[in-house]
Amino acid sequence: MRAYLPKYNLTTAKSLEHALQMMNDSKRPIAGGTDLMVLFDMGNLPPGDYVNIHRIPDLQGIEVNDDYVEIGALTTYSQLRQHEIIQQEFPCICEAAKVTGGVAIQNRGTIGGNIANASPAADTPPALLVYDADLKIVSATGEKIVAYENFHTGYKQMQLAKNELIQRIRLPRKNKHNLHYYRKVGTRKAQAISKLCMAGVANFTPEKIVQIKIALASVAPTVIRCKKTEAYFCEKQYAQIDICEAKRILQTEIAAIDDLRSTKEYRIQVACNLIQEFFDLITEENNE
Amino acid sequence: MEEKKNLSQKEISRRSFLKGAGIASVGAVIATTASVDIKADTKNDSDVIGKNGISCEFDVNGKKYAQKVPPRTTLAELLREDLNLTGTKVVCDRGACGACTVIVDGKSVCSCMTLAIDSAGKKIETIEGLANGDELHPLQEAFVNHDALQCGFCTPGMVMSCKNLLDHNAQPTLPEVRKAVSGNLCRCGTYPHVFKAVMDVSGKKGE
Ligand SMILES: Cc1cc2nc3c(=O)[nH]c(=O)nc-3n(C[C@H](O)[C@H](O)[C@H](O)COP(=O)(O)OP(=O)(O)OC[C@H]3O[C@@H](n4cnc5c(N)ncnc54)[C@H](O)[C@@H]3O)c2cc1C
Ligand code: FES
Ligand code: FES
Repeated sequence: MRAYLPKYNLTTAKSLEHALQMMNDSKRPIAGGTDLMVLFDMGNLPPGDYVNIHRIPDLQGIEVNDDYVEIGALTTYSQLRQHEIIQQEFPCICEAAKVTGGVAIQNRGTIGGNIANASPAADTPPALLVYDADLKIVSATGEKIVAYENFHTGYKQMQLAKNELIQRIRLPRKNKHNLHYYRKVGTRKAQAISKLCMAGVANFTPEKIVQIKIALASVAPTVIRCKKTEAYFCEKQYAQIDICEAKRILQTEIAAIDDLRSTKEYRIQVACNLIQEFFDLITEENNE
Repeated sequence: MEEKKNLSQKEISRRSFLKGAGIASVGAVIATTASVDIKADTKNDSDVIGKNGISCEFDVNGKKYAQKVPPRTTLAELLREDLNLTGTKVVCDRGACGACTVIVDGKSVCSCMTLAIDSAGKKIETIEGLANGDELHPLQEAFVNHDALQCGFCTPGMVMSCKNLLDHNAQPTLPEVRKAVSGNLCRCGTYPHVFKAVMDVSGKKGE
């Protein structure tokens, strides 16, 4: 049932300072609303005071400098998809944006909202993990930088106090020449939350994999980097890599469960298949 | 044709009844919030939209509407209940079906999850804005010619998604058309006809 309207208030913030000041009075932010309005409609959104941050200029835009790309928290999936540097250097983010919702959701949903919603099944976070993103988080009293890898601390838990906002997502520009892999597995291409998704980047020579990063969603209480599996692939001659062993290690790192979208067995199997596919892609590229 | 007219008249009277019921419940909502100081949040700055909302100006299909909106009103509610533009349909009311798709400042959005106040001052296009009097928009005409609707409930949203595509990309490929309506669910399964209609308008004749 729909929520009881008089229990909600909403104020549109005219600036970042204004929003942060209101959040000190325990008001909760709403950006594109594509997560919160679903809860609202189902009657599951906690009643109270909300701040509409959607028009704040300081949270918008994508800035590119020599070493970093900085994405404003309010950047929509459509804006991400269309940005040239993101397309060229961070294709996993583009891919994630393309497979999120449908066009209308991509026009409204924001990257900041996706991060703060903290779903372990979200599609952009694995891409952010393999690109070593960090977050600039602001409050009325100051700011901090948190490595995205450390941001989610448990199911729906994160290093984000009630009075803080994510302002920017910063990506180091160091993956231009690497191989990128992204795949979402879901019921259908559009509008469906994934059963599982994986992002990967690899830097390799004809002899060996120098560096590889693998991140998965929907296999643990948070999105995760699979560092043990990564370590197994690294600095070995290709002939020494036993993909079955890699899959075994992967299974020790993930904690897939049964839920409404899929089963534990299916997720483990698919995670292994995706690792295989990524590795095959690397060897294929190598042979070309 | 004659029959169709009768049908739509009947439908209108049913809608006005529903709307009457809607107003009664809105009245109840206002009564419960009436104790809150209306001026509290709006006195200093017109950008700040507070508890009971302020008067906003909406530009829908080129027509200006002055409307006082409580901040939690969705764009779909504003269009349907306040402005009486019931062409925009609400099915799931949670962003999953695309029936409520409208175009705001050149981008398609689900009006059921977009707050009305966020669309104030922006250019809003709805299905009502497409036809010019009795003259259908080419896209609407193509939908009719290709039988691209059955029950028609998804159609306003479907047409707006297609218009949004054609506005940005006059010669889309078939995969681009499919992608454009991937967020619009049609339980009647009209998709192949929708694709043909859009390709027809783009001059590509339904490849
Ligand atoms: C039909 C449909 C399909 C979807 N498909 C997908 C999908 O395929 N993949 C996917 O990952 N998601 C999907 N989503 C979920 C949603 O669209 C995304 O999570 C989106 O990125 C949320 O962004 P938003 O701005 O709309 O968030 P909002 O709903 O505005 O906010 C979400 C949460 O983040 C907080 N928040 C927002 N911005 C900030 C900020 N800057 N700082 C701190 N906190 C903030 C809010 O308080 C709230 O708790 C879908 C949703 C719908 C309705
Ligand atoms: S009614 Fe808005 S998406 Fe279904
Ligand atoms: S025509 Fe009936 S739902 Fe699309």
